[in-house]
Amino acid sequence: MTFGDSLVSAMRAVTANKLRSALTMLGVVIGVGSVIAMIGIGEGTKKKSLEELEVMGSNRITVSPNWQRGRGQSGNDASTLRMEDVERLKRNVPAIRHITGVVSSRWGGQSMVKFGANNKRTSVTGAEPQIRFIENATKMHSGTWWDEEDNELMNRKAVLGYTVYEELFGQDNAIGATVKINNQNFEVAGVVDFKGGTGWNNPDEQVYIPLRTAQNRLLGTKERLNMITLQAMDSTILEEVQRQVEDTLASTRRSATGEDLFRVFNQAESLQMIQTQSTLLSLLLAGIASVSLLVGGIGIMNIMLVSVTERTREIGLRKALGAKKDTVLVQFLLESVVMCLLGGAVGIVLGTFAVRIVADALQVPQVINATAVMIAFGFSMVVGVFFGLYPAVRASNLQPIEALRHE
Amino acid sequence: MSDPVIKVRGLCKDYVMGTNVVHALRDVDLEIHRGEFVAIMGPSGSGKSTFMNVIGCLDRPTAGQYWLDGQEVQGMTDNQLAEVRNRTIGFVFQTYNLLPRTTALKNVELPLMYAGVKDRHKRAAEALERVGLGQRMDHKPNELSGGQQQRVAIARAIVNDPVLILGDEPTGNLDTRTGEEVMALFQELNRQCKTVVLVTHEQDIAEHCKRIVRFRDGRIQSDEPVANPVDARDIIATLPTADDAVA
Repeated sequence: MTFGDSLVSAMRAVTANKLRSALTMLGVVIGVGSVIAMIGIGEGTKKKSLEELEVMGSNRITVSPNWQRGRGQSGNDASTLRMEDVERLKRNVPAIRHITGVVSSRWGGQSMVKFGANNKRTSVTGAEPQIRFIENATKMHSGTWWDEEDNELMNRKAVLGYTVYEELFGQDNAIGATVKINNQNFEVAGVVDFKGGTGWNNPDEQVYIPLRTAQNRLLGTKERLNMITLQAMDSTILEEVQRQVEDTLASTRRSATGEDLFRVFNQAESLQMIQTQSTLLSLLLAGIASVSLLVGGIGIMNIMLVSVTERTREIGLRKALGAKKDTVLVQFLLESVVMCLLGGAVGIVLGTFAVRIVADALQVPQVINATAVMIAFGFSMVVGVFFGLYPAVRASNLQPIEALRHE
Repeated sequence: MSDPVIKVRGLCKDYVMGTNVVHALRDVDLEIHRGEFVAIMGPSGSGKSTFMNVIGCLDRPTAGQYWLDGQEVQGMTDNQLAEVRNRTIGFVFQTYNLLPRTTALKNVELPLMYAGVKDRHKRAAEALERVGLGQRMDHKPNELSGGQQQRVAIARAIVNDPVLILGDEPTGNLDTRTGEEVMALFQELNRQCKTVVLVTHEQDIAEHCKRIVRFRDGRIQSDEPVANPVDARDIIATLPTADDAVA
């Protein structure tokens, strides 16, 4: 008896009892489907986080005040960072490509931006023009960035994030228009192209104005900065640059008790954190899904045991006609493997659909991981062999005469 | 003279039923030669079925020796026995034992499949034609009459060209006419020099054979030739035409 014969025989047995086979396979379908879906969703979430990080600009290091160690105040007043820190960093850390001090209405409540009857509550960022390189916002939808001169002269000019533009202007031209930010008139210089960010620090929701304008005219932070943000030359030296930044600032920005009044974060840390978290999430989800695959496998074993008992006479007959032990073993093993693989295939299709639906709902990218598909498929085969083996061994060990006598 | 097809010496088979030991076969000696047509008879519990299972290699004796076609069966592994059953013996059962939902042709192909034969489609078709079912190869068992199903079973028994054909009450589930038709088939096979051994408790059927061996209490009670075996073809000629005449 060839393998092909055994396979045909197994297919025949599976299709002979359609409803029963379908219900048995359902366990594997759900198991494999959820493994695919869970891994897909986990990976999608990870990809989204990484994309968001990318949207915010790469190789970034940010310096923010150490709120806990400040003067016990919160908000803008607590910040100890000044423009002179930016200058010192420029001088002392050569691997900095771009650097700017930042003030933002993010910390003191959002600002109201109005154009005509439309208004939007969003955060206004005051920064030097280099911010466009650091935040990867050089690609313009229309217009241009305000420049260093605008900053010097404290001009009231603004560059809008795409979402802000869309909500205020629809698709109309915004360049040269006057918007009111906290009731002050600003001229729109440019609109940044859509970047597809989300969340708290979404660049599409930003309004960028010159740093000195923000400090002196809009937010009233005067010399204080909320944050210093910089871009290193290269991702490989991020940690080294971070150390240099810390050393430079430590000389001046330290409290009487010797504690740093600032904190430095580099993007690699966030990247690593996101990756660790997503991997954990993926593993957890896949673990839960595996349990349902296990339950599906137990269902297969159960029904195969019933099937062996039901077909005892058939097994006896086959043995009487010359079927050897291994032939019977392979026949029954193939039945469970065929059910598992069919279930696995359906599960992959359904899991893929589930990923699409959930990815849509969560607005994360659809990640159908080829590895996950292979693993799920291989796993369902393993389930078929593992849970099919015991019933198949039982079938192959039946004595022909007892099997033939079975009622 | 060549080896006997069946040669048993001192064959014993005991069953343990709870605390009792049942001696189903006690020291049986028998030889059956090529071309014989033997009926094994006896009341239930006489050991005839046990004897049948042992010579069919479906069951192992407790003691004694058994040579099948000159080969000693004793000490063979399960797989070797499976091969012997596949190549040397053709079984015909009382309840036909065809695979349901499987065409006559596929049923007949089964022994060829286990033998690893290549042109099994052709050989199975030939076997079905020999039993007069050339027209019904694609019918499934539930689309065939009892007599036809038994013919499929006979085709399956002869398809591997075995030395020995064993029938276990092959006419037990059939009416007189189809029973005679099946017996006519066995007689035809015997004329073609096949050795046929049937277990039956019907005297009428046994008288179609050339030799009758009677069992009682696990022993051979009598073993005698049949003077004038009945020819099934003559009986069929005398029977009124049946409603479901076999095609």
